[in-house]
Amino acid sequence: MRGAVAMESGRKGAGRGGLPEEHSPRSPLSVHDLTVAYHRKPVIWDIDLEIPEGKLVGIVGPNGAGKSTLIKACLELVPRSSGEVRIFGEPYRVQRKLVGYVPQRESVDWDFPVSVLDVVAMGTYGRLGWLRPVNRRCKGLAMEALEKVGLADYAQRQISQLSGGQQQRVFLARALAQDARVYFMDEPFAAVDAATERAIVGILHELKRRGRTCLVVHHDLATVEEYFDWLVMLNMRVVASGPTAEVFTAENLRKTYGGKLTLLSEAAAAVSKEAGEAE
Amino acid sequence: MNKGWGTAFALFLAAAVAEASAGSWRDDFASVVLLRDYNTRLVIISTALLGVAGGLAGSFLLLRKRSLMGDALSHATLPGIVLAFIVAVHFTGAGRSFAVLVTGAAVTGILGCVVVLLIRGLTRVKDDAAMGIVLSVFYGAGVVLLSIVQHMPEAGTAGLESFLYGKTASMVLTDFYLVSGAAVVALFASLALFKEFRLLCFDEDYARSMGWPTHALDVLMLLLVTLVTVVGLQAVGVVLIIAFLIIPAASARMWTSRFGWMLAIAAGFGGASGWLGSGLSALTPGLPAGAVIVLTAAALFVMSLLAGPDRGIVARTVRAHLLKRRIERQHLLRGIYEVLEEDGPAPQMAGEGTSMVTWEALECKRSWTPGELRRIVRRAYRRGLVETMGRAGVRLTDAGAREAARVTRNHRLWEIYLVEYADIAPSHVDRDADAVEHILGADLIRRLEATLTRAERPAADGVPASPHPIR
Repeated sequence: MRGAVAMESGRKGAGRGGLPEEHSPRSPLSVHDLTVAYHRKPVIWDIDLEIPEGKLVGIVGPNGAGKSTLIKACLELVPRSSGEVRIFGEPYRVQRKLVGYVPQRESVDWDFPVSVLDVVAMGTYGRLGWLRPVNRRCKGLAMEALEKVGLADYAQRQISQLSGGQQQRVFLARALAQDARVYFMDEPFAAVDAATERAIVGILHELKRRGRTCLVVHHDLATVEEYFDWLVMLNMRVVASGPTAEVFTAENLRKTYGGKLTLLSEAAAAVSKEAGEAE
Repeated sequence: MNKGWGTAFALFLAAAVAEASAGSWRDDFASVVLLRDYNTRLVIISTALLGVAGGLAGSFLLLRKRSLMGDALSHATLPGIVLAFIVAVHFTGAGRSFAVLVTGAAVTGILGCVVVLLIRGLTRVKDDAAMGIVLSVFYGAGVVLLSIVQHMPEAGTAGLESFLYGKTASMVLTDFYLVSGAAVVALFASLALFKEFRLLCFDEDYARSMGWPTHALDVLMLLLVTLVTVVGLQAVGVVLIIAFLIIPAASARMWTSRFGWMLAIAAGFGGASGWLGSGLSALTPGLPAGAVIVLTAAALFVMSLLAGPDRGIVARTVRAHLLKRRIERQHLLRGIYEVLEEDGPAPQMAGEGTSMVTWEALECKRSWTPGELRRIVRRAYRRGLVETMGRAGVRLTDAGAREAARVTRNHRLWEIYLVEYADIAPSHVDRDADAVEHILGADLIRRLEATLTRAERPAADGVPASPHPIR
């Protein structure tokens, strides 16, 4: 078990010291030396990742570990300080059509005047292109996606009438309507009811069966082994990444959650303080 | 539902106009508003078109949560107007060309937005503070420039103050073409970019993840707002134009929960307030058009606030009242049921209603005063649920007995669920169940039944025993 971790860190060392690593065109996500900072305070440092295709990938780590930031940096939603991200070997902006994003539920205003179907149909806008109005075909695709998450009966409801779990499923349906090859999901299991949790797990397995890759920010360690076959353990940097059976160990958990990163966060605080004084 | 309300509103407007056509001042008003008066016809048409465009642009602004940005933009146009005037006077000798002034307004208006974005990007000053600063500084600069212009010898009666509060009377034919053209452009842009703007307003990050150029879309939206703002300045004025944009949109939100409908209704409200407001001000020369237009829009807003079908105050009050009545009724039925239950093993539900329950026994069930109880009973009687036996007491009718059994069953199912699954002490569940049971839908009840195991579950229609002693 520890061998896998040692290999992981050894590989990282080689990548940094030697020539730039090749980004495999087969890997749905490969990240190299990624660093992101908010207001000059680093949130994630030197992230190296290579995700194999067709896996259900859990991303775990304590609060403030930079899980959401990692996803957003991969999707170019937050600016990177340094590093590269490749989706199937090409930069994100080339491969956008292959990527589906499920944001955190709290990221939008659910009082917004749209129906459930309207929101799910947004997943098809990319295919529609500029100025073309939402047509029957889009609505059909949206309806199919809604059926998959078990919300077909709610299509005409205004989104604020849904429960939290149902709202989460709406976001999932929207990503399904996109029909992507790799999905980034930000805390889809956060504060959802049991029915929604089952529905999401069912969809994850369905996606895996069809060869899709899903990266899921997750917070419930109790279900990690059950849900994911690949695990990324994150705390400002990658503690471990590999098959769940290999990396989900007490040792790695201690490293991820043990609060042994005081030095790193103190360094980060010092950097931001200095930056603040320099302003 | 929306259509029904819309029709009602149209009828209301028609009635108001018809009412207004009686009497001499009213004759004038009617001839102005109904476009029979040649002098004001063009002004009113262009202001109404402007209102339509403003309603659309304002809806986007409101849903993008950028209302304050629009305010900063409109205030920042003032120095541009005055500067354009100075430049025009300097080069051509005549400053009062609407097109020139509008161009100046657009330049500093956009500059104001850029400064807001710069402050936000380069410093840690927050959004609202940045907008507040830009809004007041640009406006202050405009006022200073204005007072300088008024002391310029060649300026004469510049009439630039009309841009502060709006004055439709000074419009000429070319202004009409400019305003109407801009309004039509804004209208078509809103329709064409409907889908893109909806996505941007709802979920910017998601839009960006799909590759939509959200910054460019934001700029387009801001340009749309700028267009409506600068051509609207003459009619509504620098200070009040933001109200012309935001109020119709906020009013429309009270009537609908659909994006498309909201745009349509906002456009209608904007158009109506432009129409009526400019008509009213045309009749009374001293009255600043902008103020009248905004007050008209505000009147529509108050109406929407009260009468909106879903979010309106009246509808919400009625709903709350009906819920209170339903809760009282269900408490009464359960009270009677429980009293009957104490008397016998299970209340007799067949035949001609149940046996009688005394008033005193019922008063003990809840903290009802005798007066309250009688009122609740009277209302239940009107629904055919109970019958009174004079001073002696009340009894349930057949329908009432069925309803009482259903209500009590729901209450107890919920209580059992709370005790078994939520670890709530039996002595507390009564109050907790009380808060929830009245809003339990059929679907939730089915799921409750499915959750409770066979041992806990009562027979198909049977009422389970209470999990706690009944007071």
